[in-house]
Amino acid sequence: MTAMTDDSIPVTPRAIHDEMIAFGIMAALLLVVPLTGIYPFFVMQALCFALLACAFNLLIGYGGLLSFGHAMFLGTAGYCTAHALKVWGVSPELGILVGTAGAAALAVITGLVAIRRQGIYFAMITLALSQLLFFIYLQAPFTHGEDGIQGIPQGRLFGVFNLANPTILYYVILAGFLFGFLVIFRTINSPFGEVLKAIRENEPRAISLGYKTDQYKLLAYILSGTLAGLAGALKVFVAQNASLTDVEVAMSGQIVLMTLVGGLGTVFGPVVGAFIIVAMQQYLSGLGQWVTVIQGAVFVVCVLTFRRGIIGEVAHYFRRSL
Amino acid sequence: MQALYAQLLVGLINGSFYALLSLGLAVIFGMLNIINFAHGAVYMMGAFVAYFLLNVAGIGYWPALIIAPIVVGIFGMILERTMLQWLAGLDHLYGLLLTFGLALIIQGVFQNYFGSSGLPYSIPDELKGGMNLGFMYLPIYRGWVVIFSLIVCIGTWYLIERTRLGAYLRAATENPTLVRAFGINVPRMITLTYGLGVGLAALAGVLSAPINQVRPLMGENVIIVVFAVVVIGGMGSIMGSIITGFALGVIEGLTKYFYPEASNTVVFVLMVLVLLVKPTGLTGRAA
Repeated sequence: MTAMTDDSIPVTPRAIHDEMIAFGIMAALLLVVPLTGIYPFFVMQALCFALLACAFNLLIGYGGLLSFGHAMFLGTAGYCTAHALKVWGVSPELGILVGTAGAAALAVITGLVAIRRQGIYFAMITLALSQLLFFIYLQAPFTHGEDGIQGIPQGRLFGVFNLANPTILYYVILAGFLFGFLVIFRTINSPFGEVLKAIRENEPRAISLGYKTDQYKLLAYILSGTLAGLAGALKVFVAQNASLTDVEVAMSGQIVLMTLVGGLGTVFGPVVGAFIIVAMQQYLSGLGQWVTVIQGAVFVVCVLTFRRGIIGEVAHYFRRSL
Repeated sequence: MQALYAQLLVGLINGSFYALLSLGLAVIFGMLNIINFAHGAVYMMGAFVAYFLLNVAGIGYWPALIIAPIVVGIFGMILERTMLQWLAGLDHLYGLLLTFGLALIIQGVFQNYFGSSGLPYSIPDELKGGMNLGFMYLPIYRGWVVIFSLIVCIGTWYLIERTRLGAYLRAATENPTLVRAFGINVPRMITLTYGLGVGLAALAGVLSAPINQVRPLMGENVIIVVFAVVVIGGMGSIMGSIITGFALGVIEGLTKYFYPEASNTVVFVLMVLVLLVKPTGLTGRAA
């Protein structure tokens, strides 16, 4: 990870102070969205992807592990939540719990396999695992194959909040996003996060200092998968369906792209990246397959000339940690 | 029994493609330290070049077998010179991300012009028909693909492990700086290596065109299976990737016969098992 961290700024109390201010601005902006008349569906979708990208970033940006299969958590949580809501008829809060727990269980199982290799192999293994899961979901009866699970009831959260109301749904999604974001924020500024960064910088040295690095990596992987699952569970209420597109390799690629555009290893980068990529899809959807080509081009340009990402560049310019 | 032999043959053919593709991945990784995510896309390009040669220029299968890998190889060398070489010294992951982007671009462009359906490419006259082996009916083209792939794989192995050029290559993989000090043009070797790896993938594409049709996304799933093959076999040894490729193709074929539901997933399940038992892969050194 040398290139990524060449210019990184050590986290000092001052830096955390900056990040808190930035968090306040972000939360305030997101709180007033329903008053501005911006299409709430777009922002909700972007928030789900933002949380997903943040969870992914926890692994790559702070643990140095590139997962090329993070869509498996999104899709698994989506299927679990959708199945619980539609077939079992559980309440929304329980549905979210079921989805997140499903993703967490998947993270434990796949994590035990994937963390056995590092670097490039880790990326290939997670990719293969997600493809394995894709084929399982393609054939499993409860996912309804190509059709997916459709027409999912939104219900009332805690029996009070009617999620069919877009404004209420928006604040519920926002609350979920902010919760997940704060969990990640707390994690990376905790002693656990410091050890993760140490492992990313120099794993042999971390081992020689007595850290059981495999356990740290596994825990980070599980945490990342679980939060990605939370994003997947929330997304069910927005999209009202769960389908195979959420498990595809292309989706995993998009998660990587969002984080890369926003800035790998930055706190706010994945959020910015997610909004940009979701907006791009929204506005360019008329172009059909050219969207894929454009996404590929963004990948190439980012890797060749723009490796810090948007927030990374801003932070570098102002010499702040964001 | 007929069905079993037929599936075994299909397995051997898929195994040939896995072997050719994982061989190229291993060679490229050795020299460039890049996992070439665009490998599936160049495999597809090989098939398309053969298709264009036939339908635009009237050039048939046999010349295409040589021309297509060269054309795609040159395309690869241009990519290496213009983009990949700038990643030298950066983390491996950037190479994966860049080539993933390239794969999206290449596949997206072809999908725009050719949709997602398959274009037919007929078997050359010399290889049409089949022969009765007593225990099974062998379509000649399929037998040809297996034997020809095997020859190419062993030829590549010979080139790398037994010739002077191969010795330079292996030396440059171990220690590029030292090899440069001996006056060998390592950057040019890197470019040629990438061209070789990509050319092998394109060759696999030409071979598969009459069997699997020519489709823009024909490489999309294959590349992920090949990644699993590479994880299982490890990238340290050329012969290792060849044997693993063929073996996994055969296992996949057998699965299609005994338990068809698992034929898509068996390679990935094997990968998980190998990782649990021997995390470094069957032939690999610790990464």
